[in-house]
Amino acid sequence: MAEVRTATAVERDGRPRADEFTGERHVYEPHPIGLPPLGPYFRALWQRRQFAFALARTNLRSQHFNTVLGQLWLLLNPVLLALVYFTLVEIIRSGSRSIEFLAHLMLCLFAFRLVSRSVSQGTRSVVGGGRLILNTAFPRTVLPLTAVMTSFMTFLPTLLVYAVVHGIAGLPVDANLLWGIPIILMMLVFGAGAAMMTATAQVYFRDLANFLPYATRIWLYTSPILFYTDEVPEGLKPILQLNPLWPMLGSLSDVVNAGQAPSPGYLAWSLAWALGTLIAGGLFFISREREFAVRL
Amino acid sequence: MPSGSEKATVPTLPAAALDGSAVKVEDLSITYRTTVQKKPTLKKTLIRLGRGQRIVREIRAVRDVSFEVPHGKVLGVIGVNGAGKSTLLRSIAGILPPTKGRIEVHGRVSTLLSLGVGFKRDLSGAENVILGGLAAGLSRSELEAKYEEIVDFAELEDFMDMPMRTYSSGMYGRLAFSVAVNMDPDILLIDEALSVGDPRFKQKSFEKMRELCAQARTIVLVSHGLKSIRELCDEVIWLHKGRIEMRAEPEAVIDAYKHFLDIAEGDDEPAEEDV
Repeated sequence: MAEVRTATAVERDGRPRADEFTGERHVYEPHPIGLPPLGPYFRALWQRRQFAFALARTNLRSQHFNTVLGQLWLLLNPVLLALVYFTLVEIIRSGSRSIEFLAHLMLCLFAFRLVSRSVSQGTRSVVGGGRLILNTAFPRTVLPLTAVMTSFMTFLPTLLVYAVVHGIAGLPVDANLLWGIPIILMMLVFGAGAAMMTATAQVYFRDLANFLPYATRIWLYTSPILFYTDEVPEGLKPILQLNPLWPMLGSLSDVVNAGQAPSPGYLAWSLAWALGTLIAGGLFFISREREFAVRL
Repeated sequence: MPSGSEKATVPTLPAAALDGSAVKVEDLSITYRTTVQKKPTLKKTLIRLGRGQRIVREIRAVRDVSFEVPHGKVLGVIGVNGAGKSTLLRSIAGILPPTKGRIEVHGRVSTLLSLGVGFKRDLSGAENVILGGLAAGLSRSELEAKYEEIVDFAELEDFMDMPMRTYSSGMYGRLAFSVAVNMDPDILLIDEALSVGDPRFKQKSFEKMRELCAQARTIVLVSHGLKSIRELCDEVIWLHKGRIEMRAEPEAVIDAYKHFLDIAEGDDEPAEEDV
């Protein structure tokens, strides 16, 4: 049957159409177990990579369309925030903190924002993508993943600011810094999984986006950002360590600020959180995404 | 897995019958449940659960619909508001999942649905064309090759760098139409979009669609404009409450439909203009 179709297509254009070989035959049926065939799904997702990239860039630009400083705010926001928190901690600790601590705070805060912004923008991505979803067929996972890309693009320039502070503080520059790459990667994977989860939940409970800023604030305070991992009371540690960002930010601060090798326990724990969240979030999202067009 | 069973069923069907159809819809039913509240929120859900209420309305938008559209043909779909026309079109586009039945589509689908193409108002026309095309699954190089054609057809050369919020609704519609028809689609799905632009542009879009048909492209057209349906379609389906009320030559279906409207609306002469 496929052969017959190809023949007619060739006749029509006088040349073979690439479509015939990339599966331009679509069959839509009810999915008995809620999941579409995953092979074609991921192929279609990969096909939309340029779309995701273009959408991420658009989102980035549109965030500060009407401001005088425009794109500069992507850098100013996190830096000002870091200074605000540093001032706060300085007052509470009566000025006992050093520039090394500022470096730790900046790095961890920027990395935290990488995840929290992935989640907050991801949460709104499906509900906010209404028209696109109602009019175009594409794997919906593009939307939360784009939020993660946008968030990563905002994160990259802040690394430059951090590098300056790192240099001023005279912190070590050695091979241990390279551990930062897989750690950030795990944070991205975790952020993507979490974004897919909350994006799906948001379709059913629109209140979620309203709760989210408060949850994010608590999350920030319970993550090792305004303090080091070894500074919390022993009794609280077992609870605080349940935070997925605890091992991730803990390792990040170790390898980048302190120039130490990461703790294998933290790395394993981070990886488990990242992959577990990605799989859970991905399955939840993909099994529900066909309903989105009806629910919006 | 659906993919396995589908391969197994294909050889048992006569190849000729399948080969001729670009769109094949079998026993399609689409039912969706909707809560009465428009925006579901946690608070309202909790209150409802607390009261033990369950307000779910089941909407059977499309019921047991089967038809085929051969390559190079234009199928018109008419019916009153809420008959399931747009739902049917969205399901062929792969946007709404079937509740029951099966849809098979051969070829690249391009859609022009009622809500516009999802243009973002703050972006320029040029950016929107690229973004919309990428969303539809084209590559950037494919889009660059088609870009000139799209702009020429829409006659918006001077406006492509302006944000779309500055566009008039006619310009907006022209660009949307131009994107949809210039995507080199095998199958074009159009929902209520023929009234875009002035009469001259309308004429131009008619000609473009005829040209597509001549190249064995297939069109499914949903419209209240009976005149367009009569002029363009090879066959017409009249949907009523989700079911196919009639499927035949345009003249016959349109006559029956107008007769039905006459009865439904008293002696008002139904307008034959595009809405």
